[in-house]
Amino acid sequence: MIGPMQGYLRSNGRKGIRNVVAVAYLVECAHHVAREIALPWREEGVHVIGFPGCYPNGYAEKMMERLCTHPNVGAVLLVSLGCESFNKYALERVVAASGRPVKTLIIQGTGGTRASIREGRAFVEAQRDLLDAQETVAMAVSELIVGTVCGGSDGTSGITGNPAAGRAFDQLIAEGAACIFEETGELIGCEHIMAARAITPELGAVLEQSVAKAARYYATLGYGSFAAGNAEGGLSTIEEKSMGAYAKSGASPISGLLKPGDLPPRGGLYLLDVVPDGEVRFGFPNINDNAEIAELIACGAHCVLFVTGRGSVVGSAISPVVKICANPETWRRMEDDMDIDAGRILEGLAGLDEVGAEIRDLVVSLAQGARTKSEELGHQEFILTYKSFEPLGPACLPAA
Amino acid sequence: MTHDHRLILLDPRDTIFVARVRLRVGETVETGAGMAVIDRDIALAHKVARRAIAPGEKILKYGAPIGVATTTIAAGSHVHVHNMKSDYTPTYHLEDERGAAGNPSPLAGEGGRGAAG
Repeated sequence: MIGPMQGYLRSNGRKGIRNVVAVAYLVECAHHVAREIALPWREEGVHVIGFPGCYPNGYAEKMMERLCTHPNVGAVLLVSLGCESFNKYALERVVAASGRPVKTLIIQGTGGTRASIREGRAFVEAQRDLLDAQETVAMAVSELIVGTVCGGSDGTSGITGNPAAGRAFDQLIAEGAACIFEETGELIGCEHIMAARAITPELGAVLEQSVAKAARYYATLGYGSFAAGNAEGGLSTIEEKSMGAYAKSGASPISGLLKPGDLPPRGGLYLLDVVPDGEVRFGFPNINDNAEIAELIACGAHCVLFVTGRGSVVGSAISPVVKICANPETWRRMEDDMDIDAGRILEGLAGLDEVGAEIRDLVVSLAQGARTKSEELGHQEFILTYKSFEPLGPACLPAA
Repeated sequence: MTHDHRLILLDPRDTIFVARVRLRVGETVETGAGMAVIDRDIALAHKVARRAIAPGEKILKYGAPIGVATTTIAAGSHVHVHNMKSDYTPTYHLEDERGAAGNPSPLAGEGGRGAAG
């Protein structure tokens, strides 16, 4: 061990394991200016996030509020073109109320691209200096929120990487952390066994309904949450992929259901419902893995465990992504991108508990100065698109 | 009798094994109930029939149904999109691309397509 966990204390008492300046564009028209502002600090903790749409969307505004006030974020620069519909005033008020330095740059008022980049960089430079000087405080595992996602799954994912991530979840939850698993569209076929793990029968019914909603949604679209590479990797049906994906959840009781941007109220295991409510609108629930990662982070995830068989390379803005490689052949091809070699389990060289403990230790080390492979490589993917959700119902978060 | 060490049995109820290593067409494997011949090249973590499976019979993996056989499947056969299907949504896959070690699938290109991996 390298010493105790250290975090950055925020005014609401939460602690971050990173101290990022978020540069957030509020419409695609401001994206280039935001990217140019952040460019000089691309390896020094200045991340670009944003929403491309010009039409208002309650989900996107909630996501941006949660991301801009995430514990890993220390200061925020909002970049507006000026005429878009995004409620920049509301977002600025929320960030300011969280005690974080915030500035809203309006490109049309500042005098265009050059002047905006100059003014934006001056703000970022000042904030970066302040954040770099900030003292850290001791942090405990029980203060962590950890998400998990799988992407580029194959026949190895559900045997090695996903169950190993599940073992890590069980251990983190036993230590008091909150852990979030997701993609109800990839739990089709597992709804009944999952519901039996809910802490109340009412929550169990809600979990089953969330999967039924996903099945309906995907049936309407005519597509499953299943990519061609999944089949090439040996997965034959969505049910088979689901059974493997479900293993990420471990064996702990399920304490609640969240929707994107809802924070887990206490430690325990939570399912994130990523499929929109109501009629099918705006297209696919999540157009790629990073859309899901952004949602886990908006639920407060300090880091995200990403299990891959085929070999995804992505990371994320705001929170580190830990890549768990399920397939030993992929590990040998893409070791530079991978943090954990779970394919050893398939080859009989390690057990699930051993790899699970390795993942848990790696998560803790991220608050002790360690960085993930995707962070080292500069991956800061981010995507946010249109969705619509109804608020959580009363059965979603039963009192513990 | 125990099954071949190159095959993983995830649950005693399962009708399939998972290949721990790549298997070649013509190789024989011990299923635990007798020897069976591998019917085509099988890539890592793909499925191998543990016993004869009838059309319409559920395919069990992790002890749970993951779909249904669309044809008679002999023990030792590769079990994949060419001889089983989902009970929920159709599976989208690209033709060949080295997939199951070069065996083109009669169902290639059929059905829906998914974004998330």
